[in-house]
Amino acid sequence: MSAGVLLRAEAVGKKFGGLTALAEVSFVIPRQSIYGLIGPNGAGKTTLFNLLTGIYTPDSGRFEFDGAPLAGGAPDRSCAAGIARTFQNIRLFASMTALENVMVGRHVRTRAGVFGAILRTRDERAEEQAIAARAMELLEFVGIAHRAHHVARHLSYGDQRRLEIARALATEPQLLALDEPAAGMNETETAQLGELLRRIRALDITILLIEHDVKLVMGLCDRVAVLEYGRLIAEGEPEAVQRDPRVIEAYLGAEHGGGEAA
Amino acid sequence: MDIFLQQLVNGLVQGSIYALVALGYTMVYGIIELVNFAHGEVVMVGALVSLSVIQRLADRGLSGWGVIAAGILVSIPACMALGFAIERVAYRPLRRAPRLAPLISAIGVSIALQQLAALIWGRNFLHYPEVVARTPFHLGGAVITEVQLVILATAALLMAGLWFLVQRTRLGRAMRATAQNPAVAGLMGVDVDRIIATTFLIGSALAAVAGTLVGTYYNVGNHTMGFLLGMKAFTAAVLGGIGNLQGAMLGGLLLGVIENLGAGYLGNLTGGVIGSNYSDVLSFLMLVAVLVLRPSGLLGERSAEKV
Repeated sequence: MSAGVLLRAEAVGKKFGGLTALAEVSFVIPRQSIYGLIGPNGAGKTTLFNLLTGIYTPDSGRFEFDGAPLAGGAPDRSCAAGIARTFQNIRLFASMTALENVMVGRHVRTRAGVFGAILRTRDERAEEQAIAARAMELLEFVGIAHRAHHVARHLSYGDQRRLEIARALATEPQLLALDEPAAGMNETETAQLGELLRRIRALDITILLIEHDVKLVMGLCDRVAVLEYGRLIAEGEPEAVQRDPRVIEAYLGAEHGGGEAA
Repeated sequence: MDIFLQQLVNGLVQGSIYALVALGYTMVYGIIELVNFAHGEVVMVGALVSLSVIQRLADRGLSGWGVIAAGILVSIPACMALGFAIERVAYRPLRRAPRLAPLISAIGVSIALQQLAALIWGRNFLHYPEVVARTPFHLGGAVITEVQLVILATAALLMAGLWFLVQRTRLGRAMRATAQNPAVAGLMGVDVDRIIATTFLIGSALAAVAGTLVGTYYNVGNHTMGFLLGMKAFTAAVLGGIGNLQGAMLGGLLLGVIENLGAGYLGNLTGGVIGSNYSDVLSFLMLVAVLVLRPSGLLGERSAEKV
């Protein structure tokens, strides 16, 4: 895979009734980058995520992912194409163990169906072992292997966030979309998260990051896009975006007025 | 003491049939939060399809259990096809409709299936040929027949298999994930429609076996037999905590035992005023009591808010 474009959004739009959630949004995410998406609440960030992962279908425009158009409205196919995500409000399978949560993530890359499961074929058993082994590796990668057999709802908040990332990685994504992964984390946890995201990028996985923590975004991202009222108002390298007067007015302005950006 | 042991044995046998049917209700409820009222009719169709097969093979000098196995092997695919069709035609188009719509649809399917069965098999009670001898075994003070032993063993085997499938395989994991959060399961690459269809297929296969066992046990089949059996099994599922597999198994066994102990003792305890024929009343009183005192059932986590 050469460096180049992983995701191209072309004039993507979405309306809910009379409300325009996104209008003519176009941007390009280069491979192996961490791409930040920021904007005030209600700017359309999560809507964009939902379009990208097939939960909604765009009303206009289109996405091109890895050189092929992305069909909307089918989450399992977006996943198969190589897009995985986490949620702003954590959505784990709460009464399954951490390990099982990650094993569900392997579903899309594995085969065994009803007959394999009932007949316990040799292939099926081998695959099951491979799924469990891979899931364990991923738990180790995000640093919660010692919690593998705990039920997800009993994990600490930070560990639940890590588990969501491990589960998303289990689908072998090319693009990992994270919706406010640092929400509710303290400074140490946020710093550890940043380090984890760099390690993920080093695996040739591109990251799309929605985040309110401006310091994290500016320090981590290779490129940043800024949304306001469903429109893209700035796009580029963090330093340039930070200096853009429209961005300062729309988003950073208020925080700059109050002193150091949180 | 002998009555107690005997009724306990009978209760466990009857209860294991309830449990098999209750699993069908609870699996579907767990995954799409729908009480599939047509499930009892799928059991009935399974029983009558088996009956037709068993009648044809009965006097050919084949081994009795072989004949019954043939009945089961024909009724399983028939019921699976039926369950699949019901989901596709009556429930899937209504998945985003208000909650009441699929429930009404289920009742409609139930009535339609009963009448369809009446057209095919007639309205009379049909006699299940006795192809296996009722050899009694003595167990302490109780008697257990070969049929009862086979029912217990079959049900235990199927329940263990189902538990394994759900807890230890890729398919089962996808089913549990879908039950907990269909949208997120979809984002993990789980084809939710397919998992729902598979759930109906598995529940219907269990229904086919349960129907055949019921017919073999009571030696009678009829187009209305699914209604009461379905209601009892649904009671068992609610008793155990609907949506919960172990709950359905426990609830089924418990209901069978309570009903049979009631049948054994009601007459004596009330001086003959209330006889054993009131055991159905006892079952449904229990349903009422559970719904009032512990709506989420014995093992249930969530409240059964859908009905």
